[in-house]
Amino acid sequence: MSAGTMSALLAVEGVGKRFRGLTAVDNVSFTVAPGAVFAVIGPNGAGKTTLFNMIAGALTLDKGAITFGGQRIDRCNPDEVCRRGIGRTFQLVRPFPALTVEDNVTVGGLLHRHDVVAARRRAHEVLWQLDLFDKRHQLASALTLPDRKRLEVARALATDPKLLLLDEVMAGLRPAETDRMVAILTRLNRDTGVTILLIEHVMRAVMALAQRVLVLHHGAAIAEGAPDSVVREPAVVESYLGAEAVD
Amino acid sequence: MIQLLTDGAQPRSLVLLGLLLVVLVAAPWLANDYLLTVLITILYFAYTGQAWNVMMGFAGQLSLGHAIYVGLGAYTAAALYVHFGVAPWIGLPAAIAVAMACGAIIGFLAFRFGVAGVYFAILTIAFAEFARIGFDHFTWVNGSSGFFLPVANYSHNDLWNLRGNPTMFYYLMLVLTAAAFVLCHVLMKSRMGYYWLAIREDEAAARSLGIDTFRYKMYAVVISAGMTAIAGVFFAFYYNNLFPEQVFHISRSIELILGPIIGGIGTLFGPIIGAFLLTGLSELMQNLMNAVGFDVPGAKHVFYGVCLLLVVLLLPGGVWPWLARLIGVTRGQS
Amino acid sequence: MAAQIYLNVAVSGLLTGLVYGLMALGLSVIFGVVRVVNFAHGEMMTIAMYLAIVCFTALKLDPLLMVIPIAAVLFAFGYALQAGLINPFINRPEHSQFILLVAIGMIIVNLLLIIFGPDARNVQTSYAFDSFEIGTVIVDATKVYAGIATLVVAAALFVFFRFTAVGKAIRACADNYTGALVVGLDVKRLYALTFGIGAACVGAAGVMLVLLVDVTPALGPTLTLLAFIIVITGGLGSMPGALIGGVLIGLTEAMAGLLFTPSAKSMFSFGLLVLVLLFRPQGILGKRAA
Repeated sequence: MSAGTMSALLAVEGVGKRFRGLTAVDNVSFTVAPGAVFAVIGPNGAGKTTLFNMIAGALTLDKGAITFGGQRIDRCNPDEVCRRGIGRTFQLVRPFPALTVEDNVTVGGLLHRHDVVAARRRAHEVLWQLDLFDKRHQLASALTLPDRKRLEVARALATDPKLLLLDEVMAGLRPAETDRMVAILTRLNRDTGVTILLIEHVMRAVMALAQRVLVLHHGAAIAEGAPDSVVREPAVVESYLGAEAVD
Repeated sequence: MIQLLTDGAQPRSLVLLGLLLVVLVAAPWLANDYLLTVLITILYFAYTGQAWNVMMGFAGQLSLGHAIYVGLGAYTAAALYVHFGVAPWIGLPAAIAVAMACGAIIGFLAFRFGVAGVYFAILTIAFAEFARIGFDHFTWVNGSSGFFLPVANYSHNDLWNLRGNPTMFYYLMLVLTAAAFVLCHVLMKSRMGYYWLAIREDEAAARSLGIDTFRYKMYAVVISAGMTAIAGVFFAFYYNNLFPEQVFHISRSIELILGPIIGGIGTLFGPIIGAFLLTGLSELMQNLMNAVGFDVPGAKHVFYGVCLLLVVLLLPGGVWPWLARLIGVTRGQS
Repeated sequence: MAAQIYLNVAVSGLLTGLVYGLMALGLSVIFGVVRVVNFAHGEMMTIAMYLAIVCFTALKLDPLLMVIPIAAVLFAFGYALQAGLINPFINRPEHSQFILLVAIGMIIVNLLLIIFGPDARNVQTSYAFDSFEIGTVIVDATKVYAGIATLVVAAALFVFFRFTAVGKAIRACADNYTGALVVGLDVKRLYALTFGIGAACVGAAGVMLVLLVDVTPALGPTLTLLAFIIVITGGLGSMPGALIGGVLIGLTEAMAGLLFTPSAKSMFSFGLLVLVLLFRPQGILGKRAA
């Protein structure tokens, strides 16, 4: 490990994944410092969700290593990864439809609190943070999409993660809702210090939230750095953003 | 304990439950022998339905071979009694252990190898059939000729050896059913209960929340198996004869699940309501037909099939959720 | 034992297996396309068997002549079942569909019990005791006819699915439901058609089976299980797989019946099923299972 990875919370080193002849992720390396907000962007099919799934333990690596808090996690199951302190959301939200909002989040809270009452208290805490407390008795299946997205985040948050993986959590939200989510995430990062790694297409959110950005294209990293400089790089503009995105 | 049970329940539902309990406890004084045997059958199905419900309704694993646990429990306790003079209360832990081991094997094989949904159901059927044919050739318990328990006269109740008149069996079954009800209630409110619901709703999402789904699915299977085995022990000592063809047959497995499906999978009252409806109505129908001189074997099962069809088509959540809404006793969760 | 006996039993098992294979073919078609777990499959087969018996005893019509008419009746039954009861269920959870068909199966078995009673029935044709000598092997005429008829039906099905427009449309639905909708195929009608075809297979197989075994209402569930064992072993969605699976099971059961006690023969089939479910769920020839 290089000196740079010593203090990093998450270190992704030379990670690669092939699907029967298609290289989905090609030798990607980056680190995420504790308390940071790190965004991964790129066109569709660039390998972002595959990368996420590898970090979250849902996919195995073909090569490379992933280290979290100083320990290798690339051979862990998804539930083990969560127990180590990584929470994740899904690109297509997966609430527990027959359970209430409160119960959904309580399930998350039960990870570190074996007493149901304590877990429910944690759930309430998180629901306040995500602006969902008033809807806690509604069935998850009855929620609108923006609410479901926040529920997804709340549920993952209830597991007391050190790192939160957010997969296109702004997709399908209107600008006002996007701003609301950005505000919530910024507040969370600032108040609780939770590290956030997000995949995002909505540049408005990326620019507002991220401290560092990684750009993927055809599975490979083509740029990394502060948002302002990354969006101006020619390779990025050409492959993904187009000239209009740069204000 | 009472507080734990009643927490969250509405007064109306508690009153209804209390009434039901009073009626059931008083039943032997109010009912004749025939009605008592019907009630025993109802409670038996309510109990086994509850046990099955733990696997299906709570953890979402469809088992169509649950008769295997009844059979294993029955044969274990019966064999110990007939061959070694072991009283059923001592044989009970052995019966439960055997069934749990079987459940563990089935669960392990299925979950390790990713056998889920319909394939899992077929796997359970295969195991039950395997047991049926296997026991047909198991000479230590007389194979297909049938295994018989010595039947004493009913002059006095021997609770220790489970020899006695229907009233004794009735109260036994009532206590079992009530205990199962309490157990399921406690389970549902526990951490494991929540985890089961999560697994049932969306296993991948459950894993992303740190839930070791393999372990909790195993718990569901093993607990369900153990509970069902107790019914098996009861079965052996109540009916006093065991034939592999009957005990392990797929129709037993299907009978078992009719109650909870019709009553409402995943609910506490579903299996009980389902058992009352099915057995109660079919006995009624049978009596009406006999009164008219119409003795048709198979009519009862056509009736069951039609009920099942109607419920699946019209009330997919089961009768209980619909009934609960009707009489106004619903609450937030399940 | 003499090799002769083994050979006779094996050939006999093979031919019976072909008929089972046809039954499984019906299930494979239904499950492969409509994705319905037809738990009433064997029960539908017993309907065909009883129809054949009625035709034989009442109208003196040879079952082999009745293959097509009875298959047509079963086709109509299957079509109506899918169109009427099952189509609305396509988007319901898996276990709902399953239970729907369990209910239908239950109703069929017990209606048959009420109508025909529990006693075994069979068909004694004029050639019931004839046999052919092929080389050193002696084989029942009925089995030979049944085997040939099965191959003819299977070939017809193959041609239908490969070369006709409707057949291709059905295969399209199996491959990609949404895609089929998008190109304008009337998926619901095609599903009903497919179920009808599957039912017709089962009907044909049933008429042939009645020449080989006795029928009781309780045979239905047994056949359903057998069909599933064959389909899963041979491979879901694979038509040759169903036939091969059927032959395999027919052979296994025949040989096991010979080497061990006859009643234990199904244990092998179930054992095989468990192994396949665990280690190769897509079966011998199947594509990746649903």
